[in-house]
Amino acid sequence: MEDKSGVKKPKIECVNISKFFGEGQEKIHVLDTIDLAVKENEFIVVLGPGQSGKSTLLKIIAGLYKPSTGKAYLDGKELTHPGPDRGIVFQRYTLFPWKTVMGNVEMGPKLRGVPRKERRGLASRYIDLVGLKGFEKAYPHQLSGGMKQRVGIARAYVNNPKVMLLDEPFGQLDAQTRYFMEEETVRIWETEKRTVIFVTNNIEEAVYLGDRIAVLEGKMPGKLKKIYDVNLPRPRDYTDPAFLELRHTITEETELTL
Amino acid sequence: MSDKQSAGSKIILKVLPYLSLLSVLAIWELVVDTGVVPNTLLATPIQVIELFFYKLTHADPDGSVLLIHALTSIGEALTGYVLALAIGIPLGLLMGWFVVAEGLARPIFEMIRPIPPVAWIPLAIFWFGIGLTGKAFIIWASGMVPCVINSFVGVRMTNPVYIRMARTYGASDWEIFRKICIPSALPMVFGGLQVALAASWTALVAAELIAADTGLGFLITMGRRLLMPDMIVLGMLMVGLTGVIIGVIIDRVEKRLVAGVRR
Repeated sequence: MEDKSGVKKPKIECVNISKFFGEGQEKIHVLDTIDLAVKENEFIVVLGPGQSGKSTLLKIIAGLYKPSTGKAYLDGKELTHPGPDRGIVFQRYTLFPWKTVMGNVEMGPKLRGVPRKERRGLASRYIDLVGLKGFEKAYPHQLSGGMKQRVGIARAYVNNPKVMLLDEPFGQLDAQTRYFMEEETVRIWETEKRTVIFVTNNIEEAVYLGDRIAVLEGKMPGKLKKIYDVNLPRPRDYTDPAFLELRHTITEETELTL
Repeated sequence: MSDKQSAGSKIILKVLPYLSLLSVLAIWELVVDTGVVPNTLLATPIQVIELFFYKLTHADPDGSVLLIHALTSIGEALTGYVLALAIGIPLGLLMGWFVVAEGLARPIFEMIRPIPPVAWIPLAIFWFGIGLTGKAFIIWASGMVPCVINSFVGVRMTNPVYIRMARTYGASDWEIFRKICIPSALPMVFGGLQVALAASWTALVAAELIAADTGLGFLITMGRRLLMPDMIVLGMLMVGLTGVIIGVIIDRVEKRLVAGVRR
C-alpha cells in the first residue's frame, strides 16, 4: 500500500498502545505506550523477558485483547476483533485433540465455508510445506511437541493470513528440536513470504530469525527499549562471529541474560 | 500391599471369590433349613432357583411370566431414559454456552433438581395412571438431572485456548458451540449417561413397587402381598441382574460412539 508521496505504509502499526488488567488496587500496568511499525513481509522478533508484556502485545494485534489506550492497525485499518487475516501460533499446543492433523488444518477453511475438495487440497499443501506429509490421519496425541507446532504453523498458514503471529512457539521444545524448528520457520517463511511477528525470550532465537528485533524491557509495564536491525545473510550461522557479536551486544545493552 | 503379584496370590484371587459366594449361599440355606430364621421370613437359595425356573413358563400367581416382567421394566426404563437424553443433553449443552439459555433454564432446573425423583411418583400416577407413560415420566425426571449437569459442565470446561483459536479463524458463536464446545464436552456427556442410567433404574423400581401391574418391582410387591419370600428375593435378584445387563449394553454402545472422541 502506497500513499501519494510514494512512501510504503507499514503493514502492521501499533500506535501508543498501553494495557492495564484489573481494576482499582489490583490494577496491573502491563504495557506502556508502545509504538511499533512492521513492514510488509518483514520478519520482526519481539524480544523480552517474562512479564514484559510481549505476549499481551501480540494478543492485542491478534484482536484477542483490546488495548487500554492506543490502537493497532493492519493495512491502515484498526484491529478490534480476531480474524483469519492474522494467523496465530500459540505457545502451548492448542490443536483440537478430537481432530486429526488434516481435521485441524482444514478447520479454518471449513469455518469460512470453503468446499471440501478445495480445502482438502489447500490443507494438504500446507501439511506438505511444514514437512508432515504422511501424518494427515494422525491425532495430536500421537505427535511429538515439534510436530504439534508444525501443525500449528500449517493451520495458521492455511487461512492465507496477511500476518503470522507466533507467541513463543518453541518455548516448550527441547534445544535440538528448537534449533531445527527455527531453521524450518525460516525455510517456510522464505517459501511463502508473510509479515511475521515472532515473540520470544531467547536472544539467540531472535538473532537467528529476525530482520529486526524489538526489545521490550521492564517488569510490568513493558516498554519498547530499542529496535535492532539484523543485517546478517540467511541462512544464518549460530557460530558466525557477526552473529555472536550482535547477540553479545543485545545481552550487554539490555537486562536480558542468556 | 505387595507391589508384585505372585502366581500364588493370583490363584487365590481366582478361587476365593467363588468360595466366598458358595459359603454365603450355604450359610443362607443352612440358617433357613435349621429353622434359625423361619422359612416364612426368608426363602432358601434353592427355593429361589426353583421359583426362577417355574416363573420362566408360568404366569401365576402374579399374572405374568418372568420375561414379561423384565421386558416391561426395560421398556419403561429405556423410554424414559431416551427422553431424558434427548431433552437433557441439548439443554445442558446450550446452557453451558449461551447465556440466554442458562438464564432462562437454570432457575427452573435448580428448583426441580433438589426434589428426589421418587417424590414425583404420586403426582405421576395422578396424571398418567400406572401404565408406561407414568413410569416414563418418573424415569425421565430422574435421568434428566445428570444429563443436564454433565453436558453443562462439559461445555463449561472447554479449554479457552480452543475457543480463542476458533475466534482467530473468524468462527461465529454458533460455530464455536457446534464445532468446538460439543466435541470437547462429549467425554463428560458420556460420563453422565451411566449416572443417568443408574438413577433411572432406581426410580423405575421404586415406581413399580408403588404402582404397577407388571414389572420387576411389581414382582417384589406381589411377593410381599402373597407372603412368598422366594418371590421377593427373585424380584430383587432380577432387578440387579437386568440393571447390570443394560449397563453393559450401554457401555458397549458408548464405546463404539466415542471411539474417536475419548483419547
